[in-house]
Amino acid sequence: MSEPAQDLAGADLIPTLSPEETAAIEEECSHLPDRESAAIDAMMIVQRERGWVSDASLAAIARLLGMSVAALDSIATFYNLIFRQPVGRHVVMLCDSVSCYVMGADTLRKQVEEHLALKMGETSADGRFTLLPIVCLGACDRAPTMMVDEDLIGNVSAERLAETFKGYE
Amino acid sequence: MAEGNGKTPAEAPLIGVIEAVGGAVGLAAYESHEGYAAARTALTSMTPAEVIDLVKEANLRGRGGAGFPTGIKWSFVPQGDAAGSGPKYLVCNADEMEPGTFKDRYLLERNPHLLVEGMILGAWAIQASHGYVFLRGEYHAAYRQLQDAIDAAAAKGYLGKNIVGSGFDFELRIHRSGGRYICGEETALLNALEGKRAQPRQKPPFPPASGAWGRPTIVNNVETFCNVPAIIRNGAEWYHELGIGDDAGTKLYGVSGRVKQPGLWELPIGTPIREIIEEHAGGMQDGYALRGILPGGASTDFLVAEHFDLAMDYGTIQKAGSRMGTGTMILMDDSICPVDMCRNLEHFFAQESCGFCTPCREGLPWVEQLLIDIEEGRGKEGDLELLDRNAAFIGGATNTFCLHAPGAIEPLASALKYFREDFEEHIRTGACRYR
Ligand SMILES: Cc1cc2nc3c(=O)[nH]c(=O)nc-3n(C[C@H](O)[C@H](O)[C@H](O)COP(=O)(O)O)c2cc1C
Ligand code: SF4
Ligand code: FES
Repeated sequence: MSEPAQDLAGADLIPTLSPEETAAIEEECSHLPDRESAAIDAMMIVQRERGWVSDASLAAIARLLGMSVAALDSIATFYNLIFRQPVGRHVVMLCDSVSCYVMGADTLRKQVEEHLALKMGETSADGRFTLLPIVCLGACDRAPTMMVDEDLIGNVSAERLAETFKGYE
Repeated sequence: MAEGNGKTPAEAPLIGVIEAVGGAVGLAAYESHEGYAAARTALTSMTPAEVIDLVKEANLRGRGGAGFPTGIKWSFVPQGDAAGSGPKYLVCNADEMEPGTFKDRYLLERNPHLLVEGMILGAWAIQASHGYVFLRGEYHAAYRQLQDAIDAAAAKGYLGKNIVGSGFDFELRIHRSGGRYICGEETALLNALEGKRAQPRQKPPFPPASGAWGRPTIVNNVETFCNVPAIIRNGAEWYHELGIGDDAGTKLYGVSGRVKQPGLWELPIGTPIREIIEEHAGGMQDGYALRGILPGGASTDFLVAEHFDLAMDYGTIQKAGSRMGTGTMILMDDSICPVDMCRNLEHFFAQESCGFCTPCREGLPWVEQLLIDIEEGRGKEGDLELLDRNAAFIGGATNTFCLHAPGAIEPLASALKYFREDFEEHIRTGACRYR
């Protein structure tokens, strides 16, 4: 058995993309003038499957798109919705922008932190939740708001937090 | 929300069909309310120049914040041989990240075919072969609705090759964003669309000359495109009559904050601020008084009591020293500390700076820190003058590479003017009376 290739985006890393992920990325590439243009789409595709973009995933994507790992990482780290660290099974994003602020988001933040026993940016020990701040979710008429995974939740009430989080195990 | 206004499609071209259907509008319902009739008319019996002229005559102005006349923007795109070889691009800015703004999501989730038809018309006008909707990453429901609409429209021959038998081809795809407010700035958006970091580009060249992948490109807001089908169907004169003052058409106005019924309404453009707040949003909640508003999102200057009878249109709000922006206003009531509200706003703008130029990258965090210090009782004599100076430097439109920094300073500079005693009191007493 030969040693795996040692270059940064080594051949041994290619299998870290599933055939479905590779196909979805290739589909994006086929609609774009060049492969590098699919960089963000590709990372989002992998993250939707795996929850985050690991170093191995990053290298595999870079190789598939024909770009350097460093260039791809510089793009990854620009975007707040691309996670370069593992996250919990559910990501809670609490709006901290102005309409929610006016409707008590700063107090709510403390209450959510207390309820989940997490500070902003942390993941619970059992891996259930990651808590993050997010900017205006475009539902300011229902402030304060948050997003849990893909669900937008308006009129978040501190009294009903247990109920709100119940479905997310 | 806008539902239940009881408006007809003739009075409310943006939400009328949503009202008629009572919720999200599918393809069959859309078609039964004249849907895709404008696309059929334009692609089979109007020249691109005729479409552009009609949009110009209608005086449709961009609903993304700046109010640039849409028909004029479209006319900057080179046509025929002058365009060189390769595709032209039509891009919809559905990034909606201006804090306090919640209008585009409403249209995307409830009437996605209206956007698709608006984009077909825009594509015909500038002869674009490829279109993208640049969609906020967090807008999952909007993504599902819009993707379904695109698939249904393609299956029915409204997208793809030889649209409605006209010989015109237009492919429409969605780009789901990776986040960051600066992606809404149209040249940063183009970099993001190309898979790069969303740093704004040097202008000129402007996108109509050189945009996505170096090709002629038009970027318009969701609400802007959604205005186009009814203009093509009903004409410029009809569109003018919808508006009240100098501007034409309707506008999605929104109110958030401590009102009885926060929400979104499609009203004649130029509806007075007071009417929007009192009649539509139901006035302030009991026990709260209104002190100021940000009329069109976080990056617009505060307006105060003396302005509340003004018409919400581009010219009037600009004359009052602010901007209509996105038309969704944020209310500051008397339980809110103006210094702390500015701290919240400047935290957002400092965090969302792309980091390219110094006044924005370094100045905004400095401003935020000064505001934190003042709010927390550590303000010093001279801090207000320092804020004034920073506001002037950062806000000077030519000191930074894009308009993020000037926009960031608008609420602060106006708060320093209208609520100065609050700032002074914090420094004098070392305390915040709102805490
Ligand atoms: C920092 C910044 C953020 C912006 N964000 C948005 C946005 O989220 N949505 C939008 O439509 N326009 C946004 N704009 C305005 C766009 O640059 C552009 O003017 C607009 O999309 C043009 O469309 P319109 O002419 O139809 O209004 C932003 C501008 C700046 C400077
Ligand atoms: S003004 Fe701010 S956001 Fe705009 S280019 Fe400069 S650093 Fe980037
Ligand atoms: S400010 Fe929180 S949803 Fe808009």
